[in-house]
Amino acid sequence: MSDTKKFMFLNRRAPYGTIHAWESLEVVLIAAAFEQEVSLMFVDDGVFELVKGQDTSEIGMKNFSPTYRTLGDYEVRHMYVDKASLEARGLTAEDLVEVEWEDWETEETVDNIVEVVDSDKVVELMEESDVVFSF
Amino acid sequence: MSELHTVNKSPFEKNSLETCLRLSKAGSSILLYEDAVYGALKNTVITDLVSSAAGDRKVYVLEPDLKARGLSADRVIEGVEMVDYAGFVDLVDASNKVQAWV
Repeated sequence: MSDTKKFMFLNRRAPYGTIHAWESLEVVLIAAAFEQEVSLMFVDDGVFELVKGQDTSEIGMKNFSPTYRTLGDYEVRHMYVDKASLEARGLTAEDLVEVEWEDWETEETVDNIVEVVDSDKVVELMEESDVVFSF
Repeated sequence: MSELHTVNKSPFEKNSLETCLRLSKAGSSILLYEDAVYGALKNTVITDLVSSAAGDRKVYVLEPDLKARGLSADRVIEGVEMVDYAGFVDLVDASNKVQAWV
C-alpha cells in the first residue's frame, strides 16, 4: 500500500509583505518530513520569493530565503516557476536562487531543481498533483 | 508644502498604486514601501505607468524594503529616488498631508 501522494504547493505571494510565503515554506518542510512527494510552484508575486540576494537586516524581519536552497536536502525534487509571471515582473531565471538536489541512496545529483515552465506545463503539473495547497 | 501619498501593496496583486497614480495631483510626492517597492522596478508590466507619473510627481522608494527583497539600485526606474528611513521621515515632515493607499 502506498501512502505517498503528490503534493503541490502553489505560491502566489511576495515575501515579507504578508506571512503567506513563510507559512508555505513551513508546511512544505512538514510535508517533506512525512515523506510525501513534494513539489513547489511559483506563480504571480510568488516568483519574488526566489529572488537572489535578499537582505532583511534593515527591516527587522527574518530572512527566510536561504531555506529555499536547502529544500533539495528535504527531498523536494521540483521547484517550478511560471514563465509569464517572471516576465511580467522584469525577472529572468538568472535572478533566482539555485537549488541543488541529491539522492542520498543513489548519489544521483541535480545542480538546480528550479525550472522555468510555460503555462501549458503549469496546467499539466497541477493536473498531475493529488493535492494542491495554495498560499 | 505638498501632499505625500504612501503605497505599500504589490502593484501586481492590488490596484492601490495604479489608483494612487490616477488620483494624485501633479507636484505631489509618492513613496513606495513594503511590497509596493516592486512598482519601482524596470521592465515590468507597470513600469511605463510609474515612469510617466515620475514626470510630474516625485516618486520615492524605500531602500531597506528593496534590499530585503533582493532588489538592487540598478533595477529601479530612472527618476525614482531611493530613500532610507530618515528620508521617509523627512518626506512626512515636508508634507502638509499624508494619504495612505493601503
